[in-house]
Amino acid sequence: MDIHEYQAKELLSGYGVKIAEGGLAYSPEDAVQRARDIGGHIWAVKAQIHSGARGKAGGIKICKTHEEVAEAAEYLLGKRLVTHQTGSTGKICSRLYIEAGTEIAKELYFCFLVDRSSERIVMVGSSQGGMEIEELAVTNPDAITKIYIEPAVGLQDFQARQMAFAMGLDAEIMSHAVKTIRGCYRASRELDVSMLEINPLVVTNHNELIALDAKMSFDDNALFRQPKIAELRDKTQEDPREMAAADRGLSYVGLDGDIGCMINGAGLAMATMDMIKLAGGEPANFLDVGGGASAERTEKAFRLVLADENVKAMLVNIFAGINRCDWIAEGVVHAVQKLDMKIPLIVRLSGTNVEEGRRIIAESGLPIITADTLAEAAEKAVQARNAAVTKGGC
Amino acid sequence: MAILINENTRILVQGFTGKIGTFHAEDMIKYGSKVVGGVTPGKGGQKHLGLPVFNTVKEAVQDTQADASIIFVPPAFAADSIMEAADAGIKYCVAITDGIPTQDMMTVKNFLRRFPDDKRMILTGPNCAGTISPGRSMLGIMPGHIYMPGNVGIVGRSGTLGYEAAAQMKALGIGVSTSVGIGGDPINGSAHQVILAKFERDPETKVIMMIGEIGGPQEVEAGIYAKANMTKPVVTYIAGLTAPEGRRMGHAGAIISSASEGAAEKVAMLKDLGIIICPTPAAMGATIAEVLARL
Repeated sequence: MDIHEYQAKELLSGYGVKIAEGGLAYSPEDAVQRARDIGGHIWAVKAQIHSGARGKAGGIKICKTHEEVAEAAEYLLGKRLVTHQTGSTGKICSRLYIEAGTEIAKELYFCFLVDRSSERIVMVGSSQGGMEIEELAVTNPDAITKIYIEPAVGLQDFQARQMAFAMGLDAEIMSHAVKTIRGCYRASRELDVSMLEINPLVVTNHNELIALDAKMSFDDNALFRQPKIAELRDKTQEDPREMAAADRGLSYVGLDGDIGCMINGAGLAMATMDMIKLAGGEPANFLDVGGGASAERTEKAFRLVLADENVKAMLVNIFAGINRCDWIAEGVVHAVQKLDMKIPLIVRLSGTNVEEGRRIIAESGLPIITADTLAEAAEKAVQARNAAVTKGGC
Repeated sequence: MAILINENTRILVQGFTGKIGTFHAEDMIKYGSKVVGGVTPGKGGQKHLGLPVFNTVKEAVQDTQADASIIFVPPAFAADSIMEAADAGIKYCVAITDGIPTQDMMTVKNFLRRFPDDKRMILTGPNCAGTISPGRSMLGIMPGHIYMPGNVGIVGRSGTLGYEAAAQMKALGIGVSTSVGIGGDPINGSAHQVILAKFERDPETKVIMMIGEIGGPQEVEAGIYAKANMTKPVVTYIAGLTAPEGRRMGHAGAIISSASEGAAEKVAMLKDLGIIICPTPAAMGATIAEVLARL
């Protein structure tokens, strides 16, 4: 789960990380009021969306008068911002963070993340902040320092100093840097953070260390024990179909193709989508219905897939382990009848009670196309999709 | 032979008396697995499915000489149960539980690393379908009947895709020595390469089918290991050709977060390492058949 910059900053400031003065605004009037409260002569008006690279997308405006603040707020609120992380639909901006302007002497990159390979938390830093770390990793990998944290003993001060020196910080600011780094580590551990990124972490003209941006993602599996973090979820930043699926205990990812999919198991779902692509089609979605696919669950999954207007054909591929093919078949027949499905449906069943399942489909009298193997299922789905598109075109 | 489990493996079920634990314990017993008892703290002394229930894994091991365990404990408590098994001297543990926090798994792995090599419990999972040595023992939740005994080792992150592989092989008359699910989480008990090493040493296994996914470095690391250390052919299929970057595809671990983690990139790297690439998920059985015919 991701949170907004202002939420991350609020959390981190509780762990001793210094941030510039700022406030949240939902309207241009709010924004001007926040600027007045903060005082000074320069403010950053920052769109709060769940994405990095907001600056490049025009989501951050530097303003020198209250009028400019109001104009920037007017422009950004309600706007969909598209960055390379949001996909083509972008993310809607409904909150702004108004922040005091900072005089920047140096920009650094700093982050903590869970490293799969070492199974530890790794601290990553660079004296070259501001740009994206993926870019830096390609253009100048030597400029990146990585320090692995031993989970049993946690981050040590010498490691924090090592990182601070590697980021080019001087002795004068060292104790503050160690405090900042330790604070970020504590936050990572205590809040089940999967990634905490401060880019840029800046040194001001007054030799202060400030988190100018902050991005935090949390382990979804740990939200049950982080109720305060779970409350920070902003549903407007998530795909509504994915949210609806999650609420129903299904795992759904919308894609750009037109062959809808319903499959049990994430691996088999990905493999089936690969088969569709290899057969010349494009999947409209990833959908894992999981283990106990009851009739009710099957119907919900059908509704979800068919809610996508691009879908021209639908493929069901179930390998029943805990499930039974006859239950799945009954669920499918029920869903097709209840939803009065108009597009072609291809069903491939395999595993426990497969003969019984196939019999139920055959005897239903519904125009369901059946397949015995994965390859056959994908080919038939692509054929049915192509036929539907040709027919629709005439 | 097979790896990890055989007809002599004595199994404990952790989370025995719960609905899920009960359902799958019955299934394992029906398959012929030697389930010797279970653990549910607070229910020690009772009988369940005709088998003894214990309060702690330690007592259970003392009483039953169990050497393997399977975990059906809810996610919030599962890491603790895994460590309890390791501490009690269980040699092999399968964690079925889906949804264990990543930091808990970091703790588990760190706990396991403290044991000397010969005393360290092997863990597979979490978030997996378990392990089966067909005809001998099933320590998992898979449909046992789709596996035929034979000479192909299967290792993969996904449950149902593993079933697909086994079913394709069975249809061609090819059997399996052992099939191991290592799970779909970002941090898991054993990486692909740990299981590959075991298959390499198992005289019964002739070929290994490694089923991978997008996300993480484990498949490529396994390929590097295989090139340096293995004599047996390894066939692989990597799922997720169509997966977009930055979107989690069901499994917590199945997310492309860096340039080398996509399916196409992994396939290219594995090919360079001499791993036999299975071109499509529908050709897993056929590719294995070709490789077996060449041996």
